[in-house]
Parts: sequence; C-alpha cells; structure tokens
Amino acid sequence: MMERLTGAERQIALIICVVMAIVGLVMAAAGHGDPMGSHGAIVLIAAGITTFFVLRAIGEPEPAEDRTVDYYDDPTKAGLVIALFWAVVGMGMGVWVAAQLAWPDLRIDAAWSSFGRIRPVHTSGVIFGFGGNALIATSYHVMQRTSRARLAGHVSPWFVLLGFNLFCIIAASGYLMGVTQSKEYAEPEWYADIWLVIVWVVYFVLYIRTLARRNEPHIYVANWYYLAFILVVAILHIVNNLAVPASLTGAKSYSAFAGVQDAMTQWWYGHNAVAFFLTAGFLGMLYYFLPKRAERPIYSYRLSILSFWGIVFFYIWAGSHHLHYTALPQWVQTLGMTFSVMLLVPSWASAGNALMTLNGAWHKVRDDATLRFMMVAAVFYGLSTFEGSFMAVRAVNSLSHYTDWTVGHVHAGAMGWVALITFGSIYSVVPLLWKRETMYSWKLVEWHFWLALAGTVIYVFAMWNSGIIQGLMWRTYTDSGTLAYSFTDTLVAMHPYYVARACGGALFLTGAILAAYNVYMTIRHAPEKRPERDYPTSSEAVEPAVPAAE
Amino acid sequence: MSVKERDPLTGHQTTGHEWNGITELNTRVPRAVWFFIIVTHIWALVYWVLMPAWPLVNTYTRGLLGIDQQEQVKERVAAADATRGIWADQIAALPLDKIRDDTLLMANVDRAAPALFGDNCAACHGSRAEGGPGYPSLVDDAWLWGGDDETILETLRVGINSPHPDTRYAEMLAFGRDGMLDRGQIRIAADYVQSLAGLDSGASPERLEEGAALFADNCASCHGEDGAGVQDLGAPNLTDTHWIYGGSDEALFETIYGGRQGWMPAWENRLTKAQRKMLAIYITSLADGGPE
Repeated sequence: MMERLTGAERQIALIICVVMAIVGLVMAAAGHGDPMGSHGAIVLIAAGITTFFVLRAIGEPEPAEDRTVDYYDDPTKAGLVIALFWAVVGMGMGVWVAAQLAWPDLRIDAAWSSFGRIRPVHTSGVIFGFGGNALIATSYHVMQRTSRARLAGHVSPWFVLLGFNLFCIIAASGYLMGVTQSKEYAEPEWYADIWLVIVWVVYFVLYIRTLARRNEPHIYVANWYYLAFILVVAILHIVNNLAVPASLTGAKSYSAFAGVQDAMTQWWYGHNAVAFFLTAGFLGMLYYFLPKRAERPIYSYRLSILSFWGIVFFYIWAGSHHLHYTALPQWVQTLGMTFSVMLLVPSWASAGNALMTLNGAWHKVRDDATLRFMMVAAVFYGLSTFEGSFMAVRAVNSLSHYTDWTVGHVHAGAMGWVALITFGSIYSVVPLLWKRETMYSWKLVEWHFWLALAGTVIYVFAMWNSGIIQGLMWRTYTDSGTLAYSFTDTLVAMHPYYVARACGGALFLTGAILAAYNVYMTIRHAPEKRPERDYPTSSEAVEPAVPAAE
Repeated sequence: MSVKERDPLTGHQTTGHEWNGITELNTRVPRAVWFFIIVTHIWALVYWVLMPAWPLVNTYTRGLLGIDQQEQVKERVAAADATRGIWADQIAALPLDKIRDDTLLMANVDRAAPALFGDNCAACHGSRAEGGPGYPSLVDDAWLWGGDDETILETLRVGINSPHPDTRYAEMLAFGRDGMLDRGQIRIAADYVQSLAGLDSGASPERLEEGAALFADNCASCHGEDGAGVQDLGAPNLTDTHWIYGGSDEALFETIYGGRQGWMPAWENRLTKAQRKMLAIYITSLADGGPE
C-alpha cells in the first residue's frame, strides 16, 4: 500500500516513524520499572513495524496513477478490517466480563484477568476500537464521495488511523497492567491522552481540508455529523483529561478537578462521549449509507437541520443527569434533566427521518439484510434515546440509577444502534471498496442479522428485568421501616438474568465473528466487479468518456 | 444551478442538491414534531419556574415551590428514624429474654434481622450462617467465646482482634515457623489432635502417646488438658467435629506450623445497640435450629 505514496510522502512517513521510535525509546528508558516503560516498548515496536513497511517501499519507483481521477481508499479498507478485529476482541471481552458476573470464578489467578481490569478493555475495545475505527474509516469514505474530492493528503489519513490504533493498544494494555485514571471511558493516562490530542487534531485538519476541496456546492448532512463528532470529541477529551502527572517517568496523574467538580466534568464528558462519539458520528454513517442502500431521497432536509442543531445544542447540557441525588447542586441536576427531555424530540426527529426515508423501499428492507441492519439500528436509536430522556427524569432515575437498567440502556444503544448501523454500513461498503459484485455470502449476512437482533433483545430484556428488580429490592422496606432485602439477596435474584445476558452477548459475538469471516472471504473470493461510477468529479462537470484506470 | 425534482412517490420536491446519488426532499417538518417540541419546552419552563434551576452571580433561582434536596433528605431520614424509633428504643432498653417474650417486638426483629445479617455478617459467615474455611459456623453449638446472650452481644460490640480498645484477643502461636516444634513433632501433634476429635489418624499408640506429651507441653495451656477448649481465651474445642480451618492432615499442619489469628470487626460504632441486639437474637435462633 505504501507504493502509492510519492517519494516525498514516503520520506515524511519515515521521519514520523523515526520520531515515534525515539519517543518510544525515551519512554521505555525513562519509565523503566513502571507501566510507562512497557508502553514505551509498545510504541517502539509499533514504530519499528511501520518503519519496516515504509522502508520496503522507499526505493520503489514513483506511483504512476493520476490522483485526480479516483478516491484514496486504502486507509478506509485498512480501517474497516481493523474495526472488525476490534469488534471480535472487544465483544469477546464483553462476553467474558458478563460471564464473570454470573460465575465469578471464571478467571485465572492473575491480576490482569480480574473484572476491574478486563471490563475497561471491553468498553474501550468496542467503543474506541470497533466504533472509533469504523467511524474513521467510513468518514474517509463518506467525505470523499459526498465532496466528490480525493482525501487531502496521503500520509495524514494513515497517521490518524494508525495513531488512533496505537492509542487503543496503549489503553487496553494499560488496563491489564492496572493503569487507569478511574474516569469511565477516559481511563488512559496522561501520555496516551496527549497522543490522542495530536492524532485528533490531524484528523480534524484532514477533514476540513478535504471538505475545502469539495466539488459540491453544499455540504451533505453526514458531514455535519462527522464534523460535530470530531470537533466536540476533541473538546471533551482535552477538558476532561486535564491533569498533572505525578512524575514525567510514570503512568500516574492527578486530575485538575476535585470533588463534585471532577464528577461533573467527568459526566459532562461521559454523556457527550455518548452524544458525539456514539450518536453524532454514527448518524453521519446512517445519513450516508441508509439512503444510498435504499436508493431513496432523505425524507426531509428541514428535519435534518432541526434534529442536527437540536442534538448538538441540547446534548451538551445533559451530562448532569448522571449525578441526580448527589452532592451536585440541585439546580445543575434540574438543567441536566430538563435539557435531556427537550433533547428527545430532535433525537426522534432524526430516527424518524431515517425511517421515513425508507418509504418506498420497504420491500428492500424485507429482502436485504444489509438495509434491515440499518432500519433496525434507527429503531433502536429511537428506542434508546427515548429511554435516555426518560431515565434522566429524577423520579425515574431514583429507581434506575446504579442498577443494571443503566447497563441495559447503554447496550440497547451500543448493540442495537451503534453496532447494527456499523455492520450495515460495512456490508454495503466492502463490496464497493474491494470492487466485488456482492458480499461473499448473503446467507451469512442474514444469519448475522438475526443473531445480532436476538442477542440484543435477550441482553436488553435481561437487564431491564434485572435492573428494575434490583432497584425495587433496594428500596423495599418492611412494615417496621427496615430494609426488606440484603444486598446479597439482590445478587441471588439477578443471577438468572446475568446468565441470560452472557448468552445474549455470546449470540452477538457469534454474529460479529461471522461478519469478520464474511468480509475476509469477500476480499479473497467474491467475484470482481467495477463500480459503475465511483470517482471524484464535480457533479456539474462533463463526465469523462472513459472511467479512470488505476 | 441546482435542479429541483419532484419525487414521484411522495410528491415532495427535492432540494435540488445531489451527493453521489443521494438527494433530499424538502418535506416540511411534520406538525407533530413542532407540537412535541412545544410540549417539552413548556414542561421545562414550568419546571424551571417551580424548582431550583438557573445559576445567578452569587446564587441560583430557587423555584416557587421552595424545594431543596438537602432539606428533603434530612426530613425523610428523620421521618424514617421516627417510625423505627418507637420499637427500636424498646429493643435497645430491654434484655434479650424480655424481647423474645414480646411478640410485637419480635415481629420487628423478624423483619429487620435477616437483612441486617445479610448486609453485615453474611460476607464472612455465609448467607446461611454456616461459615466456611476460616470463618466459624453460627448454626452449630460450637462457640469460640460462648453462646449465651451477654457473650454474643459483647463479641458483636467489640469484635475479635479488632482495633476496638476492649476487643477480644486470641492468637494461635506459629509453633513451626517460630521454632517451638519441628516438622515431625507437628505431624505427631496433628495426629493426636485428630484422635481427640475421634478421627482415625492411623497413628500407632506409641505415636499418640508422644503426641499427648507434646499436647500437654504446648497446647493444653490454651485448649485445656482434655482439649475441650477454653472459651475465656477464645480457644476452640478440639474434641468436637467442628473445624474452622479444617481437620485434615494438611490443614492441621498449616495451623500448627503457621499459627492462626481470625478477625471480626467491632460493630459498636457501625450498628446501633438495637441492631446488635436483633442480630444476637437472630444468631441464637439460628443455633437453636433456625428461625423457621
């Protein structure tokens, strides 16, 4: 793949690799005896591997291709394959964590296999590893197609993709070694955070530069959402991770915030990670791949505007609903709750916009599992966003908070919405990118759909039951005014649901493994077919008589 | 420059833009959407007027209802205490036997004690109070410090080997590690202890005799000449079949070699007097064959 870079680009890539190797070496030496030293070694190895590939190509002749006639899809392809890898790893860890909750002895006698360490590997693995790579890869695809322009640069897309994965590896390996900031979804320590800022700024600049060279007068909705995702995640990440390292040679830092301010900053981050990472980014995916697959116009441009601005404006206020009935001042809780409720209609407007777009294409939803993935994703999006607003109401939250209901809610969103829209998008884009006729096996797509749907439904229903039972047991008093149940009683009551949850997760994981296999076989064995029209040009321009060759 | 087309299916016009084949209809926002936006916003406005909501320079808008969550918590906790206070004060004042005779008070104990036990005791003694390796069973009649009401109440109050100033203190010495007995002697003593409990250790009479001598020299000062234990010292009875750390060859060797020192928290500052009394009643009822 490196052969497609020009000589100058290969040199830049080599310089970056060498700088990374030096950074890794310094970290390994300075952090010797600390997890930071191990991370230095990982950086060094990663830089070494990349250097090997760059060096192998550095003597090759300059690429002959004409860069104005087609899109640059190599990083997209790599990103999708990596996303599927993380899907299997992250969901596999999820099944293990779920099984540990049902059968606590299901671990080996080593610290790294304890629940507290593998649980963040699951969450970061699926959110950042699977979701993040899928977002980066599809955003490259979508921004090029909707701008009818090639990516602005050939090194920076690789830098963003590989740099982001280096962050994911440092994060996951750190958790296993016990490195954590104890902030949910923001566990990685200070040096990993700084690295992610660098990667993310490059991503932002790449996106803006590509948009700036677009050959379309207007910017498509999907790009608004992708941009909101990139921009706001940068802000959230930087603010929530403000911290002072205890030492420059160790993986330990202290947050810049204390007490309830720290909690508020964390949940402002945490909730908007859901909003801008898991919602806005994937709405970008939905807005491109769903109408494309259904071959229907978006139901309403006006509704797109209303829901986009509603979502970005209201969501950012809602984080404090994670801290109802705590030391957080009540007026902050009020704002979080009321904005969560005002958020509901704009959120539903985007789910409705997606479903109404399918009018005239419902026969395709019936026949085509890929489109059905996206349709069901929109339904689950609407469902979980309603549930979220509902749970943000203080009275409801007093029952649901700290119970499995929250876990069920998150998974309705993460499995039903995020993962399903991603799989739908992967199934529609893989044949196009690898120039195949179709996916290797439509039957496997169909199997995956039903496994994923069954897994999600089992998971979510198990957690609804478990959470509500748990919440009710916690607050049940006897006639004497004493607690009716001990905490252990609630665990006994939850056990069957934990078993069911592990089974649901296992079904979902099986589907993801089928997807990985199907994509691999598509790349290897599906019959070839050139897409009819997939090259950059102004839509106004006269189309070239002969589609460009590579 | 852009060409607006009419979608034949819906009859709506497109915006005239096109991105790689994707177009958009210019459908107006459905009335229901505006309706629910207005409803949710009015609800939020009303809530802001009634409840603490917006920050001001030095304070915040307190809301017309004058509700404050901190005050609410204090009131509710006080109200709950008042409900419980009626019977809890009586339990705190009366001796256990009088409580057991009072069916009304016992109704409260029966409701409160199982959850108290589950939340505070079950983690070590097990949810059925049957104990486990290192943690004594509470359902048998073997008591380390005594099973009468006053002793149980005192054990609950001060704990065992806890930081409480009046704590009960007991320690089994590490005879092997501290060089008082060699490994061979420990095995002989272990065989003898098994014979005390009526277990067949397979040892010869001579070996048991040797064990008896070792026992008299090293163990009898705490466990008694006959090995029946001394409750004042918290030294367990070795002649029964109840074992805390196990009666196998390996377990006994480990116990004699490395010593033992169990630990139970003092509950004086963690549970009220009434709660400790309810637990004592619950525990004695378990030892008598269970509450049912």
